[in-house]
Amino acid sequence: MGFIGIDIGSTCAKTIVIDENSAIVYKDVCPTGWSSVDTANDIRVRLADAGHVIGEDPCVATGYGRVSIPYADKTITEITCHCAGAIELFGYRDMVVVDIGGQDTKIIEVAGGMVRNFWMNDKCSAGTGRFLEVMANTLSVSPDQLTALAANGSDTSISSMCTVFAESEVISLIGRGESKENIAFAVVDSIVRKVSSQAGRVNMSAQPVVLTGGLCDSEYIRKALSKELGTEVETNPDARYAGAIGAATFAKKIKR
Amino acid sequence: MADNLQMWTDLGMDVDKHDALCQVLPTAFGDVYLSQENRPEGMGFYDFVVADIHGIRPSELIEAQKNGRKVFGTFCVYVPDEVVIAADGIVSGLCGGSQFWVEGGEKVLPKSTCPLIKASVGARLDRTCPFFRIADMYVGETTCDGKKKAYEILGEDVPMYIMDLPQMKREKDIVKWAEEIKDFAAKVEEFTGNKITVEKLNEAIHTINEKRKALARIYETRKSDVIPISGKDALLVMQIAFFDDPARCAEMANKLADECEQRVKDGVSVFPAGTKRIMLTGTPLAIPNWKLHHIIETSGAAVVCEEMCTGTRYFENLVEEDLGSLDEQYMALSKRYMKNNCACFTPNDARIDDIVRLAKEYNVDGVIDTNLKFCCLYDTERRNVERALNEAGIPVLGIETDYADSDAEQLRTRIEAFVEMLG
Ligand code: SF4
Ligand code: SF4
Repeated sequence: MGFIGIDIGSTCAKTIVIDENSAIVYKDVCPTGWSSVDTANDIRVRLADAGHVIGEDPCVATGYGRVSIPYADKTITEITCHCAGAIELFGYRDMVVVDIGGQDTKIIEVAGGMVRNFWMNDKCSAGTGRFLEVMANTLSVSPDQLTALAANGSDTSISSMCTVFAESEVISLIGRGESKENIAFAVVDSIVRKVSSQAGRVNMSAQPVVLTGGLCDSEYIRKALSKELGTEVETNPDARYAGAIGAATFAKKIKR
Repeated sequence: MADNLQMWTDLGMDVDKHDALCQVLPTAFGDVYLSQENRPEGMGFYDFVVADIHGIRPSELIEAQKNGRKVFGTFCVYVPDEVVIAADGIVSGLCGGSQFWVEGGEKVLPKSTCPLIKASVGARLDRTCPFFRIADMYVGETTCDGKKKAYEILGEDVPMYIMDLPQMKREKDIVKWAEEIKDFAAKVEEFTGNKITVEKLNEAIHTINEKRKALARIYETRKSDVIPISGKDALLVMQIAFFDDPARCAEMANKLADECEQRVKDGVSVFPAGTKRIMLTGTPLAIPNWKLHHIIETSGAAVVCEEMCTGTRYFENLVEEDLGSLDEQYMALSKRYMKNNCACFTPNDARIDDIVRLAKEYNVDGVIDTNLKFCCLYDTERRNVERALNEAGIPVLGIETDYADSDAEQLRTRIEAFVEMLG
């Protein structure tokens, strides 16, 4: 029997199935797309192809689109699920989870294996994956290329935190002939500063800090964030699935 | 309804525009209120008032005006109703709580003004609220900067009297507020043509005290483990208290309190056992702003107290009764009103103490501190609120929002996560 966790984020839908021993036996990521009904159906079909039948295997949905998974046995917010997922992935019971998502950024303080406090930026796209995407577009590169370029840049900054204004700043930097590397550096720098200002009230140096969400693959982001926060930020190749993993661990608690 | 239409037309309202509001309100009220289960029967009166909110009470007020009485519109819980009532005047709260009016306010106010002010100004200038039309005189007060400047704009359209509220609470400030109340009394006498006597003022003080006691009785029952009334319903009672006749308000609130007390005895709760208990603190929730209560109470928690002007700040503390001279009475009024703790005062430690005290009295699992967008007073004060609650070991979630529905889903995520965090 498997336990299904589905995390419907703003850009990607992540699905995880774990077994009795909490080992990951299935993982899947697909774009959230326009129609949540279609996405929910796609996920169900793909799960069935892999032998995980909805209705038999318990299923918990999380993420901003959690309510659009009609077949979920339960919905739990992404805050609680990211906490549980990070505990699975990193093994700490006390830590700070920084989740940079597509449209929002969350900072979760975990104490004794539970959420003690959390801060969410869901009002603007500054400091989120969306910001990176917009800027990458302006520079005609992919988000991955942007972070790679940033590693070789320096000494440039964007002062505006607002995506719209930051975009015009980037355009004027391009106009001034600033190198792509330096502009990319400034973009990443802006994101990590925004994230760190959001985390202002948590004591980062006293406990492990882990990065989850779609940007966890970028070694440069991890480094830049570590530098800005003044502590070594850890990540994990499966950290983008943290919410889904957390949801799957809650699915385990569902009694049939 | 035909009568209402005539009344609204006579009031010079923009009837077409007002229709748009009339069309959405019943649905909103149905979704938010009538969908609740096991409500106290005493809520029937309030449902009835809301169902014809721009009809019943406005026509009463117009009737009173025909008999020569004056209606004073107020915007803040520091303005003493007693003085108006002693001169046979009528007080009506005028705070706008709907996004519907915001746009009208934005025509004359900066965007970065709090929605309460924008809605209040919009309701007047767009002529879409009968209460704003009926009031013969508006009474403003020097609380926050946004309101002060908005009163200048409203003053171009309607007689406006401003009370100069001190910003500190030293002895001399209390003396000063008593003087302001006295000046206001003189204005009220002039405007109504009625003399305020010691007897009349004592009567008015008694009437308003009785109203406060009745509302406090309802709140008292919310301290119990058994939750006899939903937060939404209690909020509605408070919101309507600002508009209603004070004696009827007390009567209806007492009836409802009787029922709630009985429910507590019988163990009748509107929420399942173990539902998390939330206190809301912060800026007022003017009618029909039910947004946060609705989200909280459909996210597995119950609101058991509001530390707000539409809550405890409205009824806590009584005015000393049966004093022998007007000067003593003005001083007694000042003392009571200056016990109110609004973020426009500095320092404001007493409010922080209130919050911690209330959190304990109402045995809450967590506090949601909310401020209306662009209210920098309450926003800034959040730091002290959070610190004190942290020290007391009470979890707190800070929320900033306005009247628009666009952030409802994001708020729901935060609030659900907060409730999950409470265990
Ligand atoms: S919040 Fe302050 S200014 Fe606003 S009504 Fe209450 S006491 Fe008055
Ligand atoms: S909520 Fe704040 S800004 Fe708005 S009227 Fe009240 S004190 Fe003023």
